[in-house]
This record gives sequence, structure tokens and C-alpha cells, in this order.
Amino acid sequence: MHFDHGQVPAEYKQYIGRKALFVLVMACGLAAVLVVAISLGAANISVSSVTKSLLGMVTSKQVEIIVWNIRLPQALAAMIAGGGLAVAGAVMQSILRNPLGSPFTLGISHAAAFGAALSVMVLGGGIMTSSNVGAVSIINPYVTTASAFVFSISASLLIIGVTRTRGATPEVMVLTGVALGAFFTAGTMFLQFFADDMQLAAMVFWTFGDTARATWTELAFIATVTLFCVVYFFSNSWNYNAIDAGDETAKGLGVRVGHVRLTGMLLASMLTAVVIAFLGIIGFVGLVVPHMVRRVIGSDHRFLLPACMLVGAVLLLFSDTVARLVLAPHVLPVSVLTAFLGAPAFFWLIIRGGRR
Amino acid sequence: MILDINQLAFGYNGHRIISNIDLKVEPGELLAILGPNGVGKTTLLKCINKIHRPSEGSILVEDRDVLKMSPDEIALGIGYVAQRSETSRLTVFDAVLMGRKPHIKWSVAERDLKVVDAALQQLDLAQLSLRYIDELSGGELQKVAIARALVQEPQLLLLDEPTSSLDLRNQINILTVIRKIVDSHRIGAVMTMHDLNSALRYADRYCFLKGGIIHAVCNCTTISADIIEEVYGLPVSIHHIDDNPVIVPEEFPN
Repeated sequence: MHFDHGQVPAEYKQYIGRKALFVLVMACGLAAVLVVAISLGAANISVSSVTKSLLGMVTSKQVEIIVWNIRLPQALAAMIAGGGLAVAGAVMQSILRNPLGSPFTLGISHAAAFGAALSVMVLGGGIMTSSNVGAVSIINPYVTTASAFVFSISASLLIIGVTRTRGATPEVMVLTGVALGAFFTAGTMFLQFFADDMQLAAMVFWTFGDTARATWTELAFIATVTLFCVVYFFSNSWNYNAIDAGDETAKGLGVRVGHVRLTGMLLASMLTAVVIAFLGIIGFVGLVVPHMVRRVIGSDHRFLLPACMLVGAVLLLFSDTVARLVLAPHVLPVSVLTAFLGAPAFFWLIIRGGRR
Repeated sequence: MILDINQLAFGYNGHRIISNIDLKVEPGELLAILGPNGVGKTTLLKCINKIHRPSEGSILVEDRDVLKMSPDEIALGIGYVAQRSETSRLTVFDAVLMGRKPHIKWSVAERDLKVVDAALQQLDLAQLSLRYIDELSGGELQKVAIARALVQEPQLLLLDEPTSSLDLRNQINILTVIRKIVDSHRIGAVMTMHDLNSALRYADRYCFLKGGIIHAVCNCTTISADIIEEVYGLPVSIHHIDDNPVIVPEEFPN
């Protein structure tokens, strides 16, 4: 073939440059939101002290404690969860070729909620106390976390098991996921029906996603899993682009479609399961952030995935901060806020349409 | 010899779909696979680049055994244009650049961009390069799919009903483009088709499938009304207009 008379098109380079710029702006935006989020709270700390403290410069003892022990872990949890869930959602939507692909549509969140409820009821994770801000908390969170994780991973393994016998097609995966969601919802309702007041409160409380739950050790674990999955997803960007063009086309380009679909599904589920197990159910981010970003910069996964990660992190960190402040001293569940803040933005994007 | 198929067979669950397939394609040759619906045309095409793994036989592309090659290696030698391609919010340029995937190791190189640019020019798509493919017409989208297969720089091009669902002007446009590519790049091409008259006009040879086996392989001088009647179960007559053979179906037999 002789295709050597082609030029490197300047217009295309500019277009790619604009997309890279979007990712860069989002990264800067995230850093800015992080500093502001840490500075806001019951005790206000100035933005400059926060920046100094984060950069490792000497500040007062009080600032150090508030920043490093209280607000930074929560902010990081929000960022990692938001970024991880958004990327997992974007990958699921691509490999399932379904705009509704997310941990919710596939029953993974429902399975986690069931696991948590079961641990509260049966495994004794549910002895609660009222904390001083009026919220209930679960005394033995590790059992609950482990149980939620085991059930959400089992749900995704079950989906994958079914695809092993029926072929890794999007239809099989989505339908199995929806059926599993219904199954685990029914299971949770069954447990709730027989639960006493305290247990019921604990079950419901668990499903409210809360970024303050994670300690530094847990954060390190969530971050490691997220990093591993995200690196894998980024390195498969071209494969997801190819699968978007249809299975046959992707196979013609040398993509092992079944393998990419199964591995992507497994890792996206694992990432989701880890986040949900430690922090509770945080909806909306995984479903809607990919759609928002796609409308702005298109569906080229080389840019879509990094941009989703950053926008998801910004959205959840912002929502988390608002949730902490809006009804202070009460703390709203962040999952309520994400949808309240994200849905209007999403409607606006739907109506306005995408622009290149 | 670009393509050499020997005694190819494919089936699943003990059910034979195609068998005893022997075919050869030379450089610069366009072969049309013809036959009724469900006879195994698409199956045969998908066996050639191992989307379906044949149960018997061998496939050589430029003397290399396709069945022993990895998917990436196959994609370097064989371009495939599926019957349907899905759209997404990807620009025309990026959609075609995807065809460089088998060549791209870590990141897109300068040459990848140049090859895409040249292919877009050849297919008259350059002015659309930054349009999203979900805003294209059927004909434009088909050209994007062909451009994508071309930038793979394959020795063999497989096209599954490239003109189905296109209007007359687009059909002729696409077939002319395919013919030009095969001639100018001296590659081999195999395409499945339903329109016999387009096949007669643009392909060099025609392979008729019937009941999963090859019924006849002929060219424009050896084709006969009898062969077509045997394959499709419909009497036809062949007329010549300006020396071009034209197939006219007769009344449907009662």
C-alpha cells in the first residue's frame, strides 16, 4: 500500500490539543476544589494554610490535625470513589454497549446492600450507638464491609459465569445483571421485614454512602485497587473504541472482544465493589458522569476515561463538601447530593447538546 | 497469490454450514461471493480472518497460515469491513485512525496520522474529518469503514455486503472506490453481494455458493443463465448492453 503522500493534519492536532486541554483544566479544577473543600468546615481554615499544610510546610498543630486527620482522608475518599466509579461506569457502558451500564443496572450495588444487611442481621455487625451528631453508626464495620464486598463480587462473578455458557454478549450481561438486582433487592427486603428497629436503621444507614467512613489504611487499599484498574482501563482505550464500532469490526482489528469484555467487566465490578463496600452506596456518579463527559469531548476513550475520572472526582468532592456544610451540624448523605447537583447539570447538557 | 483457501469447512454443534471450499485470489483481483440468503457467504468471509475458526482446511494469505496467526497479526494482513458498523461520538479521523490499532504499539506515531490523512483523501472524506460519525449518512459511514480497513495496510480486503442499505448513487460510488483501491494498491479483495449486476460490472470473478459448497466459480465470459437458475431457483436471461452482460430475471415459476 502506498499512503505516504499524506500530511499530518493541523486541524486534527488542534482538535486533540483542545481535548488534552480539557483534561488539564479538569485536573487543575480538581486541585482547586480539593484545597477549598479542605478549608471549609466547622472550623474554617484559610486556603493558604491548607495549601501550605498539603505542601508539607509548617503550620499550626491545630491545622495539621484538622487537615491531615479529618478533612484530607474524607476528601481523598470522595475523589477516589468519584473518579473510580465514573471510570468503571464509562467502561461498562462501552463494553456492554448500553448507555444504562453502571453498577446499579448490573445489580452490583444491590448485592452489596444485601451483603451489608445480612451482616447486620446475622453476622453481628449491627450493634449500633448514636454518635454525637445524631447519626447511627455500625460498631463492627469490618464484617459489614467484607460481607458487602463478597456479595457484590459474587454478583459480578455470577454474571460472568452466565456469559461463560451463553457467550459474552451485552444482552446476556445486562439481562443477568437486572435479574440479579431484583433478586438481591428482594433478599434485602426480606431481611428488613424481619429486622428489629435498630437493625433496620443500621441497614438503611449503611446504604447511605458516606465518605467519612474510610481510614488512611482503608484509603490506601481502595486507592491501590483503583489505580490498578484505571491503568488497565487506560491501556485498553483503543479496544473500547473498537468495540464501540461493533463486535465484528473490533474482531477484524485484532481485538479479542470476549476477553476484553470479561476482563473489563470483572475489573469494573471489583473497583465498584471495593468503593461501595467501604463507603456505602454512592449512586449517579457512575451512570451520569460518562454521559456528561461524552457530550463535551466525545467518546474517544483515550480522553474520555481520564476526563471521566477527573470530573467524577470533582463532582463527588464538591457534593461531599456541600453535604457537610449545607445543613451543618447535620451531615447529609453524599449520595443524595450527587444526584441533586448532577441531575440539573445533566439535563442542561441533554438540552443544549454536545459541541466539538 | 494473495489468498489460497484449501478444503475449508465450518460448522457448530455438529451442523455443517460450509464445506469443501477451495478459492484463490490474485493481487489486483476482486472476487464476489454470491448466493441466496443463509447459504454461508458471510460465514465464509468470517472464516478467512478467523472471526469464525474453521473446523477443517487451511487458509494462506501471502503464503502465511492464518490459522496459526494471532488476532493482531491477522489484522496486519487482512482488512475487514463488517456489514454493519455502529456509530459513537468519535470523529471521522479518529474512527479511521482506529484502523491503525494493529500497528500502534504505545502511542500514535506521525506516520499513523499521515496514512489516515491519505486514506481520507482517497475516499473523499477529508472535509468530514472532524465530524462525529453519528452525524454521517449511510454512504459516508460505509466509506469510513472502508477507509478504516485500508489504513490497516492489508494485502487482502474482506467486505461483507458493502452496498446493502445504500442508495443507487452511493452503491456505484462505493463499488467504484473498492475497484480503484484494488487496482491501485494491487491488493486482493473478497466481497459478498446480492446484486448480481453490480457483481458482474465490478468484480473479476464470481463464486456462487449453494447449500454451503461452491457451485461454480466463473468470470464475465463463462457465466451462464443456467448457473444462476441452479443457484437461485429462478430462471434468468443474460442480455448484453454495450458489451456489458446484464442479468434479467424471468417470471417467477409457479
